[in-house]
Amino acid sequence: MDLIDFPSMSRGDLRGLRMAIDSGFRDFTRAYGETLENIFHPIQVLLVFIENLLIDTPWVIVMAALAALVWLLSRSWKIVLGSVISLCLIGYFGMWDDTMSTIAMVAVCTLIAVVLGIPIGILMARSDRANALITPILDMMQTMPSFVYLIPVVMIFGLGKVPGVIAVVIYAIPPIIRLTNLGIRQVPADVLEAAEAFGSSGGQKLRDVQLPLALPTIMAGVNQTIMMSLAMVVVASMIGVKGLGQPVLQAINNQYFTLGVMNGLAIVAIAIIFDRSTQAYGKRLQKHLEAVHG
Amino acid sequence: MADAIHDIEIRNLYKIFGPDGASLVDKVKNGMSKEEIKSRYQHVVGLNDVNLTIPAGQIQVVMGLSGSGKSTLIRHINRLIEPTAGSVMFDGKDIVQMSQTELRNFRREKTAMVFQKFALFPHRTVLENTTYGLDIRKLPGKEAEERARRWISRVGLDGFEDSYPNQLSGGMQQRVGLARALTNDAEILLMDEAFSALDPLIRTDMQSVLLDLQAELKKTIIFITHDLDEALNLGDRIAILRDGEIIQQGTGEQIVLRPANDYISSFLRDVRRGHVITVRTIMRKGERSDTPVTLPHTTLLEEAARAMTNENTNRANITDAKGNHVGSVTLAKTVAEMIAPDDTEEVSLEEAVA
Ligand SMILES: Nc1ncnc2c1ncn2[C@@H]1O[C@H](COP(=O)(O)OP(=O)(O)OP(=O)(O)O)[C@@H](O)[C@H]1O
Ligand SMILES: [Mg+2]
Repeated sequence: MDLIDFPSMSRGDLRGLRMAIDSGFRDFTRAYGETLENIFHPIQVLLVFIENLLIDTPWVIVMAALAALVWLLSRSWKIVLGSVISLCLIGYFGMWDDTMSTIAMVAVCTLIAVVLGIPIGILMARSDRANALITPILDMMQTMPSFVYLIPVVMIFGLGKVPGVIAVVIYAIPPIIRLTNLGIRQVPADVLEAAEAFGSSGGQKLRDVQLPLALPTIMAGVNQTIMMSLAMVVVASMIGVKGLGQPVLQAINNQYFTLGVMNGLAIVAIAIIFDRSTQAYGKRLQKHLEAVHG
Repeated sequence: MADAIHDIEIRNLYKIFGPDGASLVDKVKNGMSKEEIKSRYQHVVGLNDVNLTIPAGQIQVVMGLSGSGKSTLIRHINRLIEPTAGSVMFDGKDIVQMSQTELRNFRREKTAMVFQKFALFPHRTVLENTTYGLDIRKLPGKEAEERARRWISRVGLDGFEDSYPNQLSGGMQQRVGLARALTNDAEILLMDEAFSALDPLIRTDMQSVLLDLQAELKKTIIFITHDLDEALNLGDRIAILRDGEIIQQGTGEQIVLRPANDYISSFLRDVRRGHVITVRTIMRKGERSDTPVTLPHTTLLEEAARAMTNENTNRANITDAKGNHVGSVTLAKTVAEMIAPDDTEEVSLEEAVA
């Protein structure tokens, strides 16, 4: 027996296998692609709506609204001031519209991740079985190179906003699921026992005790999800999502150094704005946990 | 106010921790020891044939060393722990057999619990903590708040309604725990080492708060402690647990006078006997002395000795509840009893306490 070459499937068989799977998937796409597209169409509507809203509204109002949002989350003038300055610079260097597209994309992806991720996290916290089942899937979602799952997504949806959003959500949803699960599991047993002793039902425990106590951890998940969506803008732009990723892509293809750096810095700027605001909000949520007495 | 009228009757209660506890009940019944169960079957005997009647409206103390099964026992009364065998009867119902819904309603309406580590909700203010039981029962917010405020004030936390638990000292946190339980206005109050985490001064303070409240509320209180002084101070009745078995139960005085075995005697070594034993147990029945001092039969030895020395006499007459003369004591006998058990002159307890 030959010990140098690993005994592999014959080339013909391998090709056959690949072709069988590919053609099976292609048939599936042909049969259900349209249905799936219709199901996911609302995402497109939402994304386009937010994008147009941000771009078509006078920039002063958008800037004021963003500053107000940052203030509501962080209650810190420093962060608000930093945000306004960065946005002014972004606008001055002509990246306003692309930035608005990217913010819209991140907002929609985060929203979807939260709406799907929190219930999944709750499920994992309540059932060890679900936990054991879903954890490896999350591991896979986080380690699989994103280009690999772009293939089936693009096969089904073609190029466009929807596949972009789906790809970003797949990439960015694991932290919120994990941290929701963790946050709920970390609720101290004695506090849960107290809730139980007073006759709480499962739902009451979840609503009144577990979720509120897990909230700071869940917020940390939201923060990470936002950061990861931003990290995906360039990849998303490859399949047709508008925003700061497109000029970066263009810069890569044509070796426009300055264009790339400017747009890259813009991405960094919004990332910092989002990060500081959500972290400050998470800190404020934990206020009651600060021990004044020992 | 819900005065307690139903006794709690615990019958043949067994709890064996482990995946297959049920199959070991018979072995435990046949006398296999806790150690043997542990080494041969890797199961832990939590409770072993516990029988206890907790009288309505009284404070039942459960005492024992760490690991004796006190927490396990009290958690069977609201079934936070499922028993392996046995029953817990209350108002004609077996708590062990209740459906989930029945159990939930029983917990909501009939019980309240105070925890050793307070177990307050850190994200809720003092007021929100205190209304928790009523919120769960879906009482209108306004009524819940009124009732909660009354109890917050009653335990001396006026002005702290909007504080968070972590902003309070340990003693104050436990007051919140007490207010939270009392606001539920339930017949049964379960207190698992409720005062153990407090420093001695605050602890006696909380004990008097509890006794004051009980004088008017008359709830059925199950109070866990491993502190003998606390047990004697609070308990109408005391049960002593060891390795999951009740090895003695009775009033504090009965136990101090007649420890069932050496284990309990060793517990009692440092007890202030003069603070527990009453003159009726040491008096000479029927005897009448010529002395200016007359004491009711429930007088504690310490007080009797003080009364006699104050009057510069060494004898006192004793009267019963109606004021009739029943016997007399000497100062020498009183002091001797305060110091150590007197073996020469056996007093029949049944006779003495009757
Ligand atoms: N969930 C459990 N699984 C296995 N063994 C347990 C469990 N809970 C309690 N035990 C065991 O049951 C026995 C009684 O425990 P319990 O907590 O009732 O003691 P305790 O008298 O309350 O002690 P402490 O004074 O330390 O609170 C101990 O031996 C303990 O190890
Ligand atoms: Mg205990």
